[in-house]
Amino acid sequence: MTQYIIRRILQAFLVMLGVTFLVFIVMFQAGDPVILMASPDASAEEIENLRRNLGLDRPWYIQYADFLGGAVQGDFGNSLRQGQPVFNLVMERIPATLQLAASAFVFSVVISIPVGVISATRRNTIYDNLAMGFALLGQSLPVFFLGVMLIWIFGFVFGWLPSAGRGDPDFVSRMRHLILPAITLGTFSLAQNARLVRSSLLEVLGLDYVKTARAKGISEYHVIMRHALRNALIPVVTVIGIQFGALLGGAVITETVFAWPGIGRLLIQAINQQDFPLAVGAVTIIALIFVVLNLIVDLTYGFLDPRVRYS
Amino acid sequence: MAEPNEGAAESRKKSTDAGQSQPERANSLARVGAKSTKRRMPRALSSLFANKLATFGAIVLVLVTFAAIFAPVIAPHDPNAQMLVDNRQPGIWSSEGSSTYILGTDSLGRDIFSRILYGAQISLLVGITAVALAGAIGITLGLISGFYGRFIDDVIMRIADVQLAIPFILLAIAILAVLGQGLQNVILTLGIANWVVYGRVVRGQVLSWKEKEFVEAARSIGARDVSIMLKHILPNTFASIIVIASFAVAATILAEAALSFLGLGVPPSIPTWGGMVNRGRDNILTGEWWIYTFPGLAIMFTVLAVNVIGDWLRDYLDPRMRV
Repeated sequence: MTQYIIRRILQAFLVMLGVTFLVFIVMFQAGDPVILMASPDASAEEIENLRRNLGLDRPWYIQYADFLGGAVQGDFGNSLRQGQPVFNLVMERIPATLQLAASAFVFSVVISIPVGVISATRRNTIYDNLAMGFALLGQSLPVFFLGVMLIWIFGFVFGWLPSAGRGDPDFVSRMRHLILPAITLGTFSLAQNARLVRSSLLEVLGLDYVKTARAKGISEYHVIMRHALRNALIPVVTVIGIQFGALLGGAVITETVFAWPGIGRLLIQAINQQDFPLAVGAVTIIALIFVVLNLIVDLTYGFLDPRVRYS
Repeated sequence: MAEPNEGAAESRKKSTDAGQSQPERANSLARVGAKSTKRRMPRALSSLFANKLATFGAIVLVLVTFAAIFAPVIAPHDPNAQMLVDNRQPGIWSSEGSSTYILGTDSLGRDIFSRILYGAQISLLVGITAVALAGAIGITLGLISGFYGRFIDDVIMRIADVQLAIPFILLAIAILAVLGQGLQNVILTLGIANWVVYGRVVRGQVLSWKEKEFVEAARSIGARDVSIMLKHILPNTFASIIVIASFAVAATILAEAALSFLGLGVPPSIPTWGGMVNRGRDNILTGEWWIYTFPGLAIMFTVLAVNVIGDWLRDYLDPRMRV
């Protein structure tokens, strides 16, 4: 087990190194920040001076090493537009994004499992057809369109819920602001999970040990809850783990629709304003969270299922 | 992952045939491996029409394709013509609407129906070409990685790991931020951002197929590596590739719409469904719901159609992929 943990951590570390390299190279090509920073009537000489002061006249590998050295200490430089350290700007936004992603995650898991179970146990009934019809729709709806529709219906037509920002710091306001973005972000994975729970449970219900349990005279409820569901959830847990990371990516769009003050919106603003260090910092930190989450999922999985450790 | 198909079974049977000289047997084995995945179309079509959802999907896709190809003929207006006097008009459902603009107009007085028809061109073009590009990159790298193994395999798979460590949409945003707006850039970005899934699946299959007898047979009669990869191994991975590609088309159409929505994708001068929803957002509070609802529904139905076709293809070609 120790060996497995060490190997996975080492792998995650290498992946992060690759990510920083990829992001750096991509952003290195992104245009000349010096032109953006210099005043419009700066002379060629002034521009050169600025470039030298910022260290942008050095070869790319030196700049990368410099960037990497800073990054491990949490130093991603300063935002070109806001003048503050990138690290602080990103960290400020993390709670909002994590709150949104976590709420969407809970929303999708709490609903998808019962829906999938009901669908599987009442296969081909009207419940099943309705649930799977909605699941198919949910997988085909663009996140931003769902958001816009929810804002229109619940924000405008009925006027029940706020549709922009994170609200005042009090609990009720926060919760009311959270509902629409969380539903928007969680719907896709809700649909995916419901379909997965259904097909996984159907497969398990056909296995011999379930027939044995039934033959012993155990009630159908216990057969499903105690015997079938546990095994049926194994593939679901894997997918759910990966999904939490994907929610961080989807948050970029949801945050834009709902003016949610998270990292995703910060990133889009940084790109629109060509704020090079801020964009690099935001992408790197999101990727880091993503890699750490995947590592945790893998380690948990290796702990639960010994076969994984040796593959 | 894929069912070992006729090629493998037949090659095993034939390899026990007596009376054939060694090179002859190798020759026939190699031929069998090469043409193992031929399937008859009529069977596929009858299976398609037996499935109601898939039939629905096929009809929607035919309609969307028709709309895209014949947009210049069907569209009642120039999609970019701004009739400012007619701005924000409702469509034929309203007493204030007119039959001139059946789905209404947007805030610049452009005809929404015409823009949706032209938008279909972009969605389909990006959906198909970006998936083809991703497939080409992924299949090539997957074949090389699985076939040669060792160092090159390590390098390619570690690149794949790095790419998977960045959420797909984030990677696309980062690449587009550099390349800038533009149709070609969107296709290129979505192609590059999406190759990993093909690469991994093809590599996995190559690893198992390259140990088969018919590959050995091909090698023993002197077939070159490239010809073994393309003629003997690749055809056996087609079933999985087609299934992955069909779902990738849906995901790519959604991604293109999302990028256009974020203002990073296709430039605003070209009508796109995602861009239309984005512009329409300003009209939520003034109540002109048709400006964003119709393009949004267009994306939804197209993606839904591709998804149900994907479901059907998976059940038809490769039932074991069902999760």
